[in-house]
Amino acid sequence: MSTAPIPVLELEHVGKSFGGTHALTDATIGVFAGEVHCLLGDNGAGKSTLIKVMSGIHQPTSGRVLIDGVETPLVSARFAQDRGIATVHQDVGMIPLMSVARNFFLGRELTRGRGPFRRIDMKRAREISLEHVRSMGIRRVHDADQMVGTLSGGERQALAIARAMYFGAKVLILDEPTSALGVKEASIVLKQIEVARSRGLGVVFITHNASHALAIGDRFTVLIQGRVAAAWTRGERSRNDVLDLMAGGEVVDDLFEKVTGEAAS
Amino acid sequence: MTDTPIAHVNTARRSSLAGAFVPTKIYRSPQFGALIAAVGVYVFFAVVAGPNGFLTPAATAGWVNATAELALIAIPVGVLMISGEFDLSVGSVVGASSITVALGSTVLGLPLPLVIIAALGVGALTGLVNGLIVNATRLPSFIVTLASNFILLGLALGLSRVLAGVSTVSVTFDEPWSTLFASTFFDLNVTVVWCLVVGLVAYWVLAHTRMGSWIYATGGNLDGAIKAGVPTNRVRLTLFIASGLGAALVGVLQAGLYHSGNAVQGQGFVFQAPIVAVIGGVLLVGGYGSVQGIVLGAITYGVVSIGLFYTGWTSDWLSAFIGGLLIIAVLANDAIRKSALKSGGRTRAPRARTKEGL
Ligand SMILES: Nc1ncnc2c1ncn2[C@@H]1O[C@H](COP(=O)(O)OP(=O)(O)OP(=O)(O)O)[C@@H](O)[C@H]1O
Ligand SMILES: [Mg+2]
Repeated sequence: MSTAPIPVLELEHVGKSFGGTHALTDATIGVFAGEVHCLLGDNGAGKSTLIKVMSGIHQPTSGRVLIDGVETPLVSARFAQDRGIATVHQDVGMIPLMSVARNFFLGRELTRGRGPFRRIDMKRAREISLEHVRSMGIRRVHDADQMVGTLSGGERQALAIARAMYFGAKVLILDEPTSALGVKEASIVLKQIEVARSRGLGVVFITHNASHALAIGDRFTVLIQGRVAAAWTRGERSRNDVLDLMAGGEVVDDLFEKVTGEAAS
Repeated sequence: MTDTPIAHVNTARRSSLAGAFVPTKIYRSPQFGALIAAVGVYVFFAVVAGPNGFLTPAATAGWVNATAELALIAIPVGVLMISGEFDLSVGSVVGASSITVALGSTVLGLPLPLVIIAALGVGALTGLVNGLIVNATRLPSFIVTLASNFILLGLALGLSRVLAGVSTVSVTFDEPWSTLFASTFFDLNVTVVWCLVVGLVAYWVLAHTRMGSWIYATGGNLDGAIKAGVPTNRVRLTLFIASGLGAALVGVLQAGLYHSGNAVQGQGFVFQAPIVAVIGGVLLVGGYGSVQGIVLGAITYGVVSIGLFYTGWTSDWLSAFIGGLLIIAVLANDAIRKSALKSGGRTRAPRARTKEGL
């Protein structure tokens, strides 16, 4: 694994508090191009807060945000998006009764013609959306006019990821993309993450599932009560260590059984 | 990742006949039910009332005129419904617009073009106020526009009594305004031309422009639309104004065609417009529908109301007939939408659980 010297996106000593609650304290984390950074931690550990800082939804109370090594305060979600930071939330935000092509280009429609005759270029929208969705390995979609409501959860995630990549995302942030999915669907999404990584994106992947994290992660950061409790790169820690850390440092021999059992089911 | 999918696409499209008589694309389109309804009621009245003259040119012009007037209001109201909002203030806008024309021209002696612009302004302003209130408060537009319907009705009546002492004022249009707003050729009112123009523009916007995509998205998943950067407030505001303008135009046309303005006319449209939209395949919760469907819904309504007259039965039955159609339409829409959410392609392989909706 090649380690890029400068992260595409980095948080440095970032803190975030809501009134009296310290959701994040002195968190430092770097996202590198062509790598998957798994963000782990128990419920309420601060994972969502951290990625909301990364995507410009929350402004940090302390610390700095750097893009390609340059300090860049992310003043808004739109600002972060314009700098190539794409976030796919769990509900994905697709319009079920609208076609794949229209969803793909929603808000950024391709048009042709001028003035009152300016219209959506549906032909190109169909071709491009279909090509990109299918290049993510979603072979079941044959028709760009098919409604998104006909797609499965994993396929919708794939569509959202394909869209983010098409519109030039450098960093792809996924908040628990696999948590609501069955095993088969989750594997579709893991495949998308792999595609995104192979195309040089930096991916931030939040999950509670150790198997998913270990299957795909290049770097790992564990948050416990808003602090970075551990950070390592692939292969530096044993599976059991990882599971212990994910459970907040408790011994989890029985939990280990449960997790691996779950992954197999 | 390497092969291009385009070749597959075309074969898949062609094979989507689903083994039925009608291509899937058509029977899953929002206007399919409306087409069946329109053809169904036409055939019904052709058989039942044909011998009494329902098929004569005069009767045909009758239902075409009724359809055009209704569609002029129902098209913008229906498109607004696709974006997820209602406009019940159209009834009062029709009356307010027609009385504005009559009062301005006959009582105040103002030039016709000025009072016509003022009448359209009443509609645009009502839409603007509706839109601003709905955007700012996020209250249900059903209630907001129901309130504005009453407020405007009261204002129009009150003002008309103050200025003229009555609620109906006569008015005559001179050229070129009478050609534009009050003319009739072979029993067909100029309303039909306006309806065609408005229908084509609305179809263009909804089916082919970015605004159209934004309208569907705003009604289909507001949160998703906002996250995708769709200016949902602007979409709603624009459509409320369009809806007010459509109703105001009908008010001007009625003043011209019937030579009088009446502050209380038009209340029938309050529920006719959404009924027509629903018969036309517009989903009550928004996100689905088409202009073609709304026009077919208006045709259905027009045919039923004129057809009943030619049967010789009393028009008392109209409401019952329309109510029955409405129930059937709602059920049919639901079935069509569910079918549209089934796999759109040629898939036969069983899939892991497909979630419907979100
Ligand atoms: N907007 C907010 N206002 C106040 N407190 C908040 C807010 N957002 C998060 N918190 C608090 O910050 C802490 C971290 O929350 P966060 O959502 O980041 O956790 P998480 O790691 O994503 O948990 P989960 O795994 O359950 O999604 C929690 O104690 C939460 O209650
Ligand atoms: Mg969370």
